[in-house]
Amino acid sequence: MSGTTEKITRKLMLYFPECETEKPIVYHLVKDYDLIINIFRARVTPEEEGYLVLDVTGTEENIEKGTAFIKSLDIKIDTTRKGVTWDKERCAQCGSCVPHCPTNALAIPDRNTMEVVFNTEECIECLSCIKVCPFGAMKSLF
Amino acid sequence: MKTIEQINEKISSGKAVVLTAEEIIDYVDKKGLEQAAKEVDVVTTATFGPMCSSGCFLNFGHSKPKMRITESWLDDVSAYAGIAAVDLFLGATQLRANDPANTDYPGDFRFGGGHVMEKLVAGEEVQLFALSYGTDEYPRKELRTTFTIDDLNQAMMVNPRNCYQNYNVAINASDKTIYTYLGQLKPNMKNCGYSSAGQLSPLLNDPFYRTIGVGTRIWLAGAQGHVYSEGTQHSPTCERGLLGVPSEGAGTLALTGDMKKMDPEFIRGVSLKGYGVSLSVGVGIPIPILDEKMLLQTTIRDRDIMAQVIDYSTDYPERNGKVLGNVSYEELKSGTINLNGQKVEAGGLSSYGKARKIAAILQEEIRSGKFLVTQPIAPLPVEQGMKPMKEARS
Repeated sequence: MSGTTEKITRKLMLYFPECETEKPIVYHLVKDYDLIINIFRARVTPEEEGYLVLDVTGTEENIEKGTAFIKSLDIKIDTTRKGVTWDKERCAQCGSCVPHCPTNALAIPDRNTMEVVFNTEECIECLSCIKVCPFGAMKSLF
Repeated sequence: MKTIEQINEKISSGKAVVLTAEEIIDYVDKKGLEQAAKEVDVVTTATFGPMCSSGCFLNFGHSKPKMRITESWLDDVSAYAGIAAVDLFLGATQLRANDPANTDYPGDFRFGGGHVMEKLVAGEEVQLFALSYGTDEYPRKELRTTFTIDDLNQAMMVNPRNCYQNYNVAINASDKTIYTYLGQLKPNMKNCGYSSAGQLSPLLNDPFYRTIGVGTRIWLAGAQGHVYSEGTQHSPTCERGLLGVPSEGAGTLALTGDMKKMDPEFIRGVSLKGYGVSLSVGVGIPIPILDEKMLLQTTIRDRDIMAQVIDYSTDYPERNGKVLGNVSYEELKSGTINLNGQKVEAGGLSSYGKARKIAAILQEEIRSGKFLVTQPIAPLPVEQGMKPMKEARS
């Protein structure tokens, strides 16, 4: 039974094809499913599409129920795609981003080869990298 | 001990021993200088980074009716037409027309001459818009067309100042963020920016220009180009450290090569927030190992290459010559430097990863007999300083 009470964190990207933001989604996730929410980024575009990138922390069962609730509102959930993406081919491996990344999502693990890697799990979507990358290798989905 | 001709004979017969400037360090440690100098024929060096002093000459051939172009734009980036009827010069730091530049500070500077050059090398289509006043034999006054590099007669890259022999480390001692050609610098010296491939860098492995001179064949973004002159601001009379390696900006090279033969991986447009646009260029230069002394120069390590830390918030723009400290490339590449007791994060604009790749490609080209080394036709100056601008007295 310990597996059901153990809390896990999952990164979600929500896409609202047409604005469904009338409903207090985050409120329901907290109140009804006992989830801890950490919102990284949210945006409603001029076309009235909406994006929300967040971490949800709770039991696996509650996360499943919570995501089922979100899906019932015709909101698309992407657990693999992130708001910030790294174009490996565009990246020239200069490393100018590394001192500007607060979480080491962009890092140089091997100082002999000096190759830059992007660990999406660590990315909090602060967008600092997008401002400093001279090659446009870091992009924001929205 | 060895001549260029002897080395080239070995290269041509596929028997040359070629090591990169990174590999040679351990090799000499293991074998000893004397033995290694007998065995090794060539050491390959390389660098990849923003090199603002870059551009290209493009020849379009003649339109029908003919036109003597007086003003031109390539993808809305102004190109210089004051050369000849259909020869244009495009500079890497020229901004696209109507770019807001820094009016909305810090500006994005999304597209410029360097980006057009990247597109050309990548084989992409570029738009030409040209104007003229018209003459009897060149009657046409306006032209708009699209072209790729294959449609041009010549596309010659020229880089009047590349491969800077060492460079400043930029830091910001002020209390607000500044935007420089060495990247975004946080206030109160929280980070610093540098640009050199250190122990792989061409002129740090041949600090007195014994083998690199006018006429030296080089690897320029995949093409076989050459050094055509000393570079602008070439200033070899400078502070030098171990093995005579400069500890400040010193020599530079003027390079040229055929853009049609280049690889787009090594020609990249650059946008530096708050500063402007530029071009990152990949260069590889072979160093023929003529004797033990030459080999010794190529064993320089990151820990022995020092660079000057300069405050880009006041000292650099004011040109007061103040240096905050000296750091080694080993420290810079570790990601954190210690500057007078303060820990400072370090980030490069030069790509060591790409420099390694270029050194390895050039190594393979020499090993397989495709790339021969050259005797310079004239040496680069070894003694000369750099003058500041002569300004009129008000």
